[in-house]
Amino acid sequence: MAPLEGSGSLYEVAQSENQYVETASTGSARRGRKFRWWRLVVLGLAGAYFLIPIYAGLKFSFENVAGHFSFQAFRNLPSAPGFTAALSLSLKLALVTVVASTVLMVPTSIYVHVRVPRLRRILDVVTVLPIVIPPIVLIIGVLGAFPLWAKSSPYLLSFMYVILAMPFVYRSLDAGLGAIDLKTLTEASRSLGGNWIKTLWRVILPNIRPALLSATVLTLALVFGEYTMASLDLWQTIPVWIVQFQVSSDGNIQVAASMLGLVGTWILLIIVVSLDRSQSRRSRRKLGAS
Amino acid sequence: MTQTRETLGSTSQTPPSQPLGAEVRLESLVRTYGNVRALDGLSLTINPGEFMALLGPSGCGKTTALRVLAGFEILDGGRVVVDGVDLSDVNARKRDMGMVFQSYSLFPNMNALNNVAFGLRMRKQSGPVRRKKASELLEMVGLADQASKYPHQMSGGQQQRVALARALAIEPRVLLLDEPLSALDAIVRAELRDQIRSLQQRLAITTVFVTHDQEEVLSMADRVCVMSRGRIEQVAAPAELYERPATAFVAQFVGISSRVPVVVVGGELELFGQKCAVRRGESTSVSGPGDALLRPEDVAVTVDPGGQGFVTRKSFLGAMTRLVVQVGDINLRVDVRSDVGSEIDLGTRVALRVVARDVLVAPRRDGSPEGTETS
Repeated sequence: MAPLEGSGSLYEVAQSENQYVETASTGSARRGRKFRWWRLVVLGLAGAYFLIPIYAGLKFSFENVAGHFSFQAFRNLPSAPGFTAALSLSLKLALVTVVASTVLMVPTSIYVHVRVPRLRRILDVVTVLPIVIPPIVLIIGVLGAFPLWAKSSPYLLSFMYVILAMPFVYRSLDAGLGAIDLKTLTEASRSLGGNWIKTLWRVILPNIRPALLSATVLTLALVFGEYTMASLDLWQTIPVWIVQFQVSSDGNIQVAASMLGLVGTWILLIIVVSLDRSQSRRSRRKLGAS
Repeated sequence: MTQTRETLGSTSQTPPSQPLGAEVRLESLVRTYGNVRALDGLSLTINPGEFMALLGPSGCGKTTALRVLAGFEILDGGRVVVDGVDLSDVNARKRDMGMVFQSYSLFPNMNALNNVAFGLRMRKQSGPVRRKKASELLEMVGLADQASKYPHQMSGGQQQRVALARALAIEPRVLLLDEPLSALDAIVRAELRDQIRSLQQRLAITTVFVTHDQEEVLSMADRVCVMSRGRIEQVAAPAELYERPATAFVAQFVGISSRVPVVVVGGELELFGQKCAVRRGESTSVSGPGDALLRPEDVAVTVDPGGQGFVTRKSFLGAMTRLVVQVGDINLRVDVRSDVGSEIDLGTRVALRVVARDVLVAPRRDGSPEGTETS
């Protein structure tokens, strides 16, 4: 989970996905370049920087107390004290955050694109604010301002996660909506008798599905990696559990939980990138056809 | 107009049973964007079953007028009346107007059949009825074999034909075409132009077509409404528009005109030593100095070593060759048959003769005396 904690990495993922088509179009030019040994060195160093800690984590989680290869840590994970409750809470928070974020951001983004495109620049700035404002400032402000009944519910965290996820969700949706001729499609649907709900459901959402999926995965990754707010709000989500379990008990189980989270997030990201690739292949074919 | 309407989707030539398309009245339309009046009191009546083209340069308000009719723009003044019913405040989705857009507007997530059936689905028609009708319409536009193709698998021309079928599927009262051919290459454009016109005539559906392409307008429309700065310059049949432009703007915008400085005296002018009548219309108010607006076919040339001008350019256009003849400091465009043109070399002196019945005269324009060309 640790690599996902920093919001900067998620932001980069969102940006790199948005630039996929652009990168793909320059691919043939890149293939023609000559081999340079220092490129391999840079790639090797960067790879080592990322892979060595993961390798160490995986190795540690697959070892028993005697130092031999074993699945014991993964087998013991479900029965570890507090793990199931923490996982359950994180899943519930993730679900509520994804739903709330989608319900809030999808209509807003579409409205801005179709009706008031000049507001896009303002929204660009506003949605970056959660990256600029440290999470600790946000949680202290919220805990000071909200009434007790709100603070006693874990779903207050979801409220804050929606804000934290806003930069990634908005950028994914913005890129998805920018990739289609939204105004013309909307007008075509309306001229054929479609109301706003049917237009949204049958025309817009199916055509921004990769963007929606990307926003969802990034939100899930954020919720499963966020530690500061959850710990200060005294709720034991998976990241909080990992830290607390490490202090009190078996380190192998804690690392195994981190590795599971990491692999799960990678699988989700691979799904998103694959969908984006198929989408851009379609776009390229379309360009070729016309 | 004695035409009646054939049932949509029917490919037979059975006697039509439905009434004519709708009558459309645009009454004193006003639409402003900030300080710009995109529509400045535009009034126009389109007859049932008529193919009306809105023609004009960019920013003249033609697309705004179409979007007002479709219900996509809110009016600042005036009314849109269809078959006697004021639709000014009616939502776009309830206006029963089929529209084909300039950009490819097919829904990318649906195949051709589902695209065509979309409007019927919105009207809650059953699945089998939708599919049957959509198939008939695809057959009508010659794309029966493309029903399962998605937009990205079709060419631009095919996509616009599916878009046309989709617009017709809802049996609209008015068909709106917003420069549907502008993104297509020349051959496909010509084919689709003929197909649209043929379908429109067969279905007798009132059609409003926006374009800046004169060739499209002259070959397709029953009448053409030439617009400039949110107002109508002239509404006329294509031939009349070309042969009898009411204003200097129309003369310059439709076809090619060369401006030649003249002096009008008593409704007459002298051009290349020849007396000519001044065309009646807006220009009759011109007296004294003015500019004669000459079409390339209004003037004939003959090789003459003592002629008034000499040939400076030649452009082969197929059956005709266009010469640019310099007379003093004026460049005049003249069309001659290509077999004649091939025998006239650059620099050849030629005599000019006006062959038009009368000549349109516009108020004198300051600036270069270079013949004005609009294509």
